This record gives sequence, C-alpha cells and structure tokens, in this order.
Amino acid sequence: MSQETIKGLHQQLVNKERSAVEITTETLERINTLEPLVKAFLSITADYALEQAKKADSKIAAGQEISILEGIPIGIKDNMCTQGIKTTCASQILANFVPPYESTVTQKLKDAGAVMVGKTNLDEFAMGSSTENSGFQVTANPWDLSRVPGGSSGGSAAAVASSECVVALGSDTGGSIRQPAALCGVVGLKPTYGLVSRFGLVAYASSLDQIGPFARNVEDAAILLGAIAGHDRRDSTSLNIEIPDYTQYLQPELKKGLKVGIITETFGEGLDAVVAEAVKKAIAQLEELGAEVKEISCPRFRYGLPVYYIIAPSEASANLARYDAVKYGIRKEADNLVDMYATTRAAGFGTEVKRRIMLGTYALSAGYYDAYYLKAQKVRTLIKQDFEQAFEEVDVLICPTTPTTAFKAGEKTSDPLSMYLSDLMTIPVNLAGLPGMSLPCGFDEAGLPIGMQLIGNVLREDILFHVAHAYEQATEWHKKQPQI
Amino acid sequence: MNVATASKTEYEAVIGLETHCQLNTNTKIFSSESTSFDPDNPNSNISPICLGYPGVLPVLNEKVLEYAVKACLAINCQVAPYSKFDRKQYFYPDLPKNYQISQYDLPIGEHGWLEIEIAEKPNAEPVRKKIGITRLHMEEDAGKLNHGGSDRLAGSTYSLVDFNRAGVPLLEIVSEPDMRSGKEAAEYAQELRRIMLYLGISDGKMQEGSLRCDVNISVRPVGQKEFGTKVEIKNMNSFSAIQKAIDYEIERQIEAIENDEPIYQETRLWEEGSQRTISMRSKEGSSDYRYFPEPDLPPIEVSTEQLETWKAQLPELPAQKRHRYEEELGLSAYDTRILTDDRSLAEYFEKAIATGAEAKQVTNWLIGDIAAYLKNNNLSINDIALKPEILAELVGLIKEGTISGKIAKDILPELLEKGGSAKELVEKKGLIQISDTKEIEKIIDQVLASHPDELEKFRNGKTKLKGFFVGQVMKQTGGKADPKLTNQLLGKKLQG
Repeated sequence: MSQETIKGLHQQLVNKERSAVEITTETLERINTLEPLVKAFLSITADYALEQAKKADSKIAAGQEISILEGIPIGIKDNMCTQGIKTTCASQILANFVPPYESTVTQKLKDAGAVMVGKTNLDEFAMGSSTENSGFQVTANPWDLSRVPGGSSGGSAAAVASSECVVALGSDTGGSIRQPAALCGVVGLKPTYGLVSRFGLVAYASSLDQIGPFARNVEDAAILLGAIAGHDRRDSTSLNIEIPDYTQYLQPELKKGLKVGIITETFGEGLDAVVAEAVKKAIAQLEELGAEVKEISCPRFRYGLPVYYIIAPSEASANLARYDAVKYGIRKEADNLVDMYATTRAAGFGTEVKRRIMLGTYALSAGYYDAYYLKAQKVRTLIKQDFEQAFEEVDVLICPTTPTTAFKAGEKTSDPLSMYLSDLMTIPVNLAGLPGMSLPCGFDEAGLPIGMQLIGNVLREDILFHVAHAYEQATEWHKKQPQI
Repeated sequence: MNVATASKTEYEAVIGLETHCQLNTNTKIFSSESTSFDPDNPNSNISPICLGYPGVLPVLNEKVLEYAVKACLAINCQVAPYSKFDRKQYFYPDLPKNYQISQYDLPIGEHGWLEIEIAEKPNAEPVRKKIGITRLHMEEDAGKLNHGGSDRLAGSTYSLVDFNRAGVPLLEIVSEPDMRSGKEAAEYAQELRRIMLYLGISDGKMQEGSLRCDVNISVRPVGQKEFGTKVEIKNMNSFSAIQKAIDYEIERQIEAIENDEPIYQETRLWEEGSQRTISMRSKEGSSDYRYFPEPDLPPIEVSTEQLETWKAQLPELPAQKRHRYEEELGLSAYDTRILTDDRSLAEYFEKAIATGAEAKQVTNWLIGDIAAYLKNNNLSINDIALKPEILAELVGLIKEGTISGKIAKDILPELLEKGGSAKELVEKKGLIQISDTKEIEKIIDQVLASHPDELEKFRNGKTKLKGFFVGQVMKQTGGKADPKLTNQLLGKKLQG
C-alpha cells in the first residue's frame, strides 16, 4: 500500500485487479495498526468509507467510467465540515459538534467518489506548528515518533507520510500545510487565496486560510488540487476562473528559460546548516536541469511574522466569538449569561487559542487599532509589493520551507515565540495570497526529511507543479519512506 | 422649540435620530431563508448561515445593495463608489456570531438630507426645513430574545431565542442633530418612512419593529454653542410616541438644569403606559466594538453605469410631488400633504386628473368622502372598485351640470363598492339633473299649491321657510332638480 499513487490505484481499479472495497479495507487495517503509534486521526470513518468504496465498485461492475479519485482513500483535516460526521477542530469546545452541512471541498471529493477514511488531527482551530495544541491527542512524526509532525495540519501530513491514506486535505493560514509537509517528507501545496472554496472550512483567519492537498508525489497533489479548486458562489472570496488540468504541466523536461529566484533573506541567521545545504543543492539541481538562477531580495519578508501575529489573531478573535454555548458545542452551566460564556470558553479553549484570542482582542481595541491592525495591513501591502517586484524578474521563488527539521515533542511548547519562528518562511506567502508548495529535498543526519518551498505568482500553480515535478523526476527523495 | 421658563432662560433642544429600517427583500442579507417575521413559529426561517455555524460564509444579497443605493439616492446621499462591510463585535445571545456584519468607516451613503414640512395647525401654511443625514449603511438584524420571568434579561429565570429575524437586512440611517422639537423629529421619521414606502423597499411598520427609531437628545440655553449631555431614548413604536417622548424629555432635562441636577449620559426607555422616559442603563464612554473589515466579503463597488440604472428606476418622491402639486396644480399645502402621504393615493389622484378632471375637485372627493369611506371600512385606495377615471367622470358630470353634487354623493358608495361607469349608473337610475325651467316651475307650482299654510306664513315674513319649499321640490324630484335653478325660480315665485 505504501508507495501507492492515485494513478496506480486508479489503474488497478479500472483493470479490476483490486476492488475499491479491498483498497479501503486494507487502508483501514493499516490505520488500525499504525494509529496507536502515529495518532494522525481524530475519527476514523470506516462505515462511511466502505459505503463510498462499494459505490465505486458497483460503478466499475456496471461498466461505468470512474473518475480519477473514485475509490481513492483520503484523509480530511478535522476543521472541514462533514455532514453528519463529527467535526471538532481538535477543540474541546466542539467535541460534540456534528455539522448539518458539507463543506464545498468534501462535497466535491464525495461527488468525485473519493473515499474519506477519517478526520485528521490538527492544532486546535489550526493554531500551531506542531499539532501539540490539539485538544485531544498529540500526533507523532512517522519518521521519528518522538518528534512532532509539524502543524497545524500535522494529522494529514503524518497520515500521508505513513501511508494511512493516499492523499489528504489540509488548511494553511501561515504555513499549516507546507511546514508539516516539510517535516513529514511529503508534498504540500497552499493554493492562491481564493482558488479553493472556504465554505465549510472552520475559520481561523479568514483572509489567510486556504485549503490545499497533501500527497506523496507532485502528480497526486496536482490531481487533488484540480478536484477541489474552483469558484463557489457560497464563498464570496473565491475566484471565478477556469480550472486547468494541472497534470498537463507535469513534463519530463524543465521549460527552457525558466527563471528561479533564491530569496536572499531566507538564508540568514536561525537556519540550520543542513537545511541550507539541502536547499542549495536542490537549486543547483534545478540549474542543471536548465533553470536560470538568481538571487532576489525581498527586504520586507522578515516583517511577515509580526504582521501575521497581528492580523491572524485579530480575525481569529472575531471568528471564535461564536463559540458561546448558546447554539452548539459544549455548554458549562452557570448562574448567569456572562458566567456561562466565561466558564464555557475557559473550559473549551486551549492555551494557544486563548492566547491568540487575547492578542487579537487587544490589537483591535480602541486606541490600538491604528498602531497594530492598520499598520500590519500596510506592511502586508509592502510584503505583497516585494513579491510583485520579484515576479517581474523570475517565474518562481525558492527558499527553505522551515528553518529546521522536525523538533522533539514538548521541545517548544513552553516557548511560543520559538514555535512561531518555524513559520517564518511560509507566512509571507499567505499574507500575499500567493501559491506555495513544499516538497522533499533531502534528509538531515538523523534521517529527518527536509523540505524546500516553491513560491509562485498569483494563480501560477502551473509553474509550481511544473518545476516541482521536474525536480522530483530528477531525484529520489520522494521514494524514501518512514520505517514504521 | 424654544421653551420659556420661569427664570426666563430660553432653552433649545438638539435632536438627532438613528433609524433602523428593515428591507422587504424575499431573503435575508447574507443567506437564502425567508425574511418573514412569523413570531408564532420561532426558528422556522433559519439556516446554518444566519446562525453563524462554524465554517459558513456570508454572501451578499444583491437586492440589498440595490435597495440601499436607491434609499441613498432618495435621501440625497452621496453613494460611495467604494464601500465595505465591517464586523461590529459584542457578545449577546441574539447575535449568532457575536459580531454583527455592518458598515463602519466606509458606509454606502453619506452627506444626505431630506425635507420636512412643519405646520403649526393642520390648515396653516407649513414651514419647510432640511434635515441633514450623516450616513446610511447596510447591516444584518439580530434575533429576538423572549425572557422567562421578566421582560428583560436581568431578573429572568431563562431566555429563549428566536433567530427568524437574524440576518434580516437593515438600513441604518443616522440624521444630523438638526431637529429642535418632538414634532420635527416625528415629521422627519414619517418622511423617512414615506420615502421607504414610495421606493417599495420596506413595509415601515413601527408596531412590528420593521421601522425603529432611537432618539439622541440634549438641551442647552439658546445661544450656547456646546451641546448639553446627550441622552438616548428607545422603545417608541409610533410617531406620536416619538413626539411625546421627546417633549417629555425636553421638559425633564430643562427641569434638571433649572434645579441644578445632573443629566446623565444614558439610555432611557419610553414607557407608553406612564407616558414618561425611565433610565435603562448608563453609557459610560462609548462601547468598544472592535470594528475591523469583514474578510469574508469583498469590498462593494458601485459602477457609474449601475448607479445611473438605479437612479432611472426611482419614482417621483414625496417632496417632489408636494412641490409639483402646489406649484403646478395650485393645491394647498394641506391638500398636498394628504394626497402625497401615501404613494398609492397620489398615483390614484394623478390618474384621475390625467383625464382632465379638475385637481381641486378630485382632491375634495379623495380627502373628503372617499377618505372617510376608506377609514370607516379600514381599506386602502387600492381596495376600492371605483377607478380613478370614473372619479374623474363623476367630477365631470357635476361640472357639466348633468348631476348635482348631492346626487354624486348618493351614488358614490355604489361606485366605490361595485365600480362601473358613473355616467351609466346615473342614466340607469334616471338621476340626470332636471335643468328645464318649465319643468321645475311646474313642480314649484304644485308644491306651493299643496302647502298654502306655509306659503301664508312665508308671506307674513317667515322667509326661512324658503328652505322648506326647496326641500319639497327636491323631494318631489327625487333630488334631481338643479339646486341652483330651483332656488332661483322659487325666489321669483315666492315674491310674485
């Protein structure tokens, strides 16, 4: 099961070598075996998965054409609403929440016949970089179970890396797909803001949140993105554009004259030497494949982190106000209304969520708004301008995805600032609304995966897939698997 | 309103209104449920979206923007080419997301005004006054709480929440502090309601809460530039309540100043029962709503082309009609006000005079007998069978002398109820006026001959009996005798 790809499985289904029920059953068995170690899933939806698999099989039996995702086992981050299936955001406050509606992305996958095998773990409300902020369990990195898988989509990354599913969906607000993808040695893509509908994605920071794919190779990521992207009239921020078949950009040869920019500022202090070395080697490899490489300066890149920690918590403080015990979620009874709010929220939210709600509430308060929120928005515009200028010179930007490889569980939990630093290089991409992809580019001396980040201009996912695929074809990193 | 007091200091009130007007769109502002009020079926018009469930997103109902822009144009606001929604944050159980999607620093409309007419007495010549409008913005309504064991949250043992109203589109219209009396404020509110009804964008029912007015009021000695301490009054569900609440509050504040008592910045409730305002809560400083731009909704851009299209769809508005009726049709301000109060009545009037009927005569029927009939039967002008052209025909029949005004009054009820042609009805009933001198003379002779005693008394000086004889002629002719001619001929006969 472990090296299986969407196309490989699809071929087996079409050729009737294996049935969807067989694939699903084997996947569920692998999940049952590995979950005690990895803890990637908050819920395993075996009945639902088998039902979907049966549908795929009956289509095949009836001689009907099946879609590329039909019968493919997939994991869904537990902040995407699934009708009739618990959706917790890894928060105690939504421990009992069963949505009466389906998110657009899961509806699309359901319609495409994909087999959701479970809902994956995350940092509570997608706030965190290690999945240790989950209100329910800590997910392990399949490459070293004592280490974190990254976050917030750590469950999805770990599930794909350990082959508990073929592909998975995550959400990325400041790096929550790319950082765990890097730490778990898989491909992770955050699309252009607005490419994928956010309807049904439980909001953390609405102007930054974006859903994207996790996969073990570039092609699977391209297939999955194609299935979930597209305009949705239920999301006013979704872009009304035609979605291409992204797999057409996967070519054996790198396009002639492709210009690659190295973001100078990302190779500075705080970056592990082994990571820097691996990314530099990858760049050399691209040069060998025919890319023109040049250094590009994005002087405002480094302001991304402080800007993010104003904007994201500000939006979060409003987005999370609805968890008030009145309509859904848990309720802690109290003598009066204000106490009911306070005790419910005190009991239901974890430390990091509370910290960000407080940060955001403070930043938006009268007298501070101009100094924090408004200023942050202005700097956000400057960061965007840096990227715009860079893309006048190059087609794609490259930098490390994270400054280090996977860290030990518990290592940074008491030091939120050092935890925040692990998103240093992914955050500016969200602020600018650009597509960013992390793909494996090496291993450190302990055998932990290293990821590099490709950043494209608005809606240039095509270039990311093209470059990533060419690199992947020339290297063996994606073929390595965790020994679990 | 200048109020003279014992100490001879004159005070003036400074009054501004904040009006919330529910729009009558079919569906809610950000979701597709019905906007119908339906208090008997709580939580029947709801969805995950208006309840603010996790992961759902708002999508602006385009009709709301159209109505808001039309309202802006009608109250002379500048329509913002670029506007946006913001989140206004506060916790309350009737507010599903614990923030309200509203507009903060870039409202859809600003810098408007509307004109009110104030007449001291109904028939007096009115004074026209422009009331400035600071801004107009769009927002969503909240749900409704029903408290158990108390009429307020405080003291209740439990509270039930009905979200039918949550997400109903609202326009908030804020006036400048340009009003000086309860009467002006009530007139402003009425004019605003009239405009909304003319535009057809709201039902304007104060009793049901689809039009809600909050008043901000302070008093100061005449001549003083600084404002006095501002008090907010809520809970008035009629225009007369607005007027009375303000007049009460002016007196209360003046009395407080005169007695050296403090006026607190607070919210007061109008109590209809006791006809007074009572303190509800103090407002120490302004609340911090932590507004910030709504990231789930893109900014609103209204193109010049779109704006022109909507502008072209505007009806003639009440103030424009008032001016036209007075200036072009020569109607009195009093008549004009009554005719234009209701767009349907004004349109009825306009259709009637379009056929050439005299405006004043049509007006008299509309605000006289027809208005009385409507009032007694609790009907509106659209409910009657009498078509405007037929009213014009009726007025024409009187003018030509085909029937008397009396006959017209007699047949009006049948026309109102059954419709049909006035002329045909008159012919069918044989009600055409007798204007033939000989025929009337003949009847007069008969009447005089059959009442010798009365004739004698008349001739002995009891001239008041002329009326009696007129009445007898009318009786004989079934009211058809031309009253003017009858009078004239009778006069001659009695003298002769």
